[in-house]
Amino acid sequence: MPVLHHVNLSVPEGEFLCIVGFSGSGKTTLISLLAGLTTPDAGDVLIRGQLVNGPGLDRGIVFQNYSLLPWLTAAGNIALAVDKRFPDLARAQRAARVRHYLDLVSLGHAADRKPAHLSGGMRQRVSVARALALDPEILLLDEPLSALDALTRGTLQSEIADLWQRDRKTVILITNDVDEALLLGDRIIPLTHGPNSTLGPSFRVPMARPRRREAFNHDPVARHLRAEIFAFLHTTSAAALQLPAVVALPDLRPYDLDRHQISA
Amino acid sequence: MKKLRFNWSNLLLPFVGVAISVLVWWALSALPHSNLPSPAKTWVASKPFIVEPFAKRGEMDQGILRFTWNSLVLVAEGYALALALALPLGFFLGLSKLFTKCFDPIVQILRPVSPLAWLPLGLILFQQSRPAAVFTVAICSMWPTVLNTAVGVRSIPQDYLNVARVLQLTRWQTLTKVLIPATLPYMFTGFRLSLGIAWLVIVAAEMLTGAPGIGGFLWQEYNSLIYEHIILCIITIGLVGFVLDRLMSVLESRFKTA
Repeated sequence: MPVLHHVNLSVPEGEFLCIVGFSGSGKTTLISLLAGLTTPDAGDVLIRGQLVNGPGLDRGIVFQNYSLLPWLTAAGNIALAVDKRFPDLARAQRAARVRHYLDLVSLGHAADRKPAHLSGGMRQRVSVARALALDPEILLLDEPLSALDALTRGTLQSEIADLWQRDRKTVILITNDVDEALLLGDRIIPLTHGPNSTLGPSFRVPMARPRRREAFNHDPVARHLRAEIFAFLHTTSAAALQLPAVVALPDLRPYDLDRHQISA
Repeated sequence: MKKLRFNWSNLLLPFVGVAISVLVWWALSALPHSNLPSPAKTWVASKPFIVEPFAKRGEMDQGILRFTWNSLVLVAEGYALALALALPLGFFLGLSKLFTKCFDPIVQILRPVSPLAWLPLGLILFQQSRPAAVFTVAICSMWPTVLNTAVGVRSIPQDYLNVARVLQLTRWQTLTKVLIPATLPYMFTGFRLSLGIAWLVIVAAEMLTGAPGIGGFLWQEYNSLIYEHIILCIITIGLVGFVLDRLMSVLESRFKTA
């Protein structure tokens, strides 16, 4: 049983694409394919017409579990990326770059802390900073906020939206939260329920930026879009679970109700 | 003014334990037909060795710390050789399933062999007792480091390896910046166990070869019928082993990574 099939996806430059789906629908597999960490059994991944057959510094990835190296400080983790990407720069310039990206995610004060001394939200910010510090063509975000509490998630969603506004890189964000997709994406594509998932229809998000979560409940366009996406996700999940409309109950009757009556 | 509460129990209770143990020793030695030297006799007979720990009156008549030092030098050589062999072997076993399938049976067969079996082989190969002892220490103490390093390498989370791939780290960079720091806690477990075994083995090796270390002294005193010194040696061996383990512990906390 394949994890994904018939995935025909093309992403124009500068677009913020959100892919929404349930767990187990192959979201991480999709990101691994785009990142070059795995190769497809059939088909190709092309970036600007070039075949992707391995990971590269042109694609920055933010993993679901942050994947920070615990023996390096926040600055050290980012420096690892910067040193690889810009080996010809002088040491001072590379250090300045690291500091710049730390400040961008508001972690200038925590540069010398190891991941064990950072909160979940801070760790994810370092992970984002590391991906941005590569100055990549494409940013791939694999459910970056799933492991955080709801309040931190809201804060980071706004930060990601602001960061994207500055550079307008091509971003592909995988998420299980439709509202997050509505807040951040130019286009939303749901994944059908796994296994053997495929991409659903493409939904363009017309709301103007900067978007506010609170406005969604009053904006008819946002509400309609959200309803459509949820409807699609629920129909595919029901189909996958193959729930019948009527369930036949077995024909049981009690033998004798009088048996165990309590006498007064 | 800050009130400092000194934890008296941490200092006193170990002394209580020692005192009770000495009492048990005395009681056992006071039994009729007991060949065990009493604490008092042991102290009297051991005094010249303890009071002048660095004296050298003869090859096999030295202060207790001189004997200990000789043993430690041999341990250091054997232990260094053990680590030099064990670390690459452990990494290969952890990184390559093929290597493991080929050589794991050999490792498992060589591991339980006692130092008393390796020493004669060492004497045949090297003809002299000193290199034979170093060889024996190395080949007996390397296994915990081999196995713990292999387990450590296999336990590296896929996340870190993904990071190394995504950042396009070279093989050498992956080894030094990811694999080694990630495996270090496991390696230190191996180091501690290996050091314990090395210290154990040197005593046995010295007893069999008569080298001027703590083990050689112990065997000599047995043959000379001065049994009090056997107890002195046992206590010294135990104390030195304890100190070595503590030192390794301190080193481990210094290099704490993952």
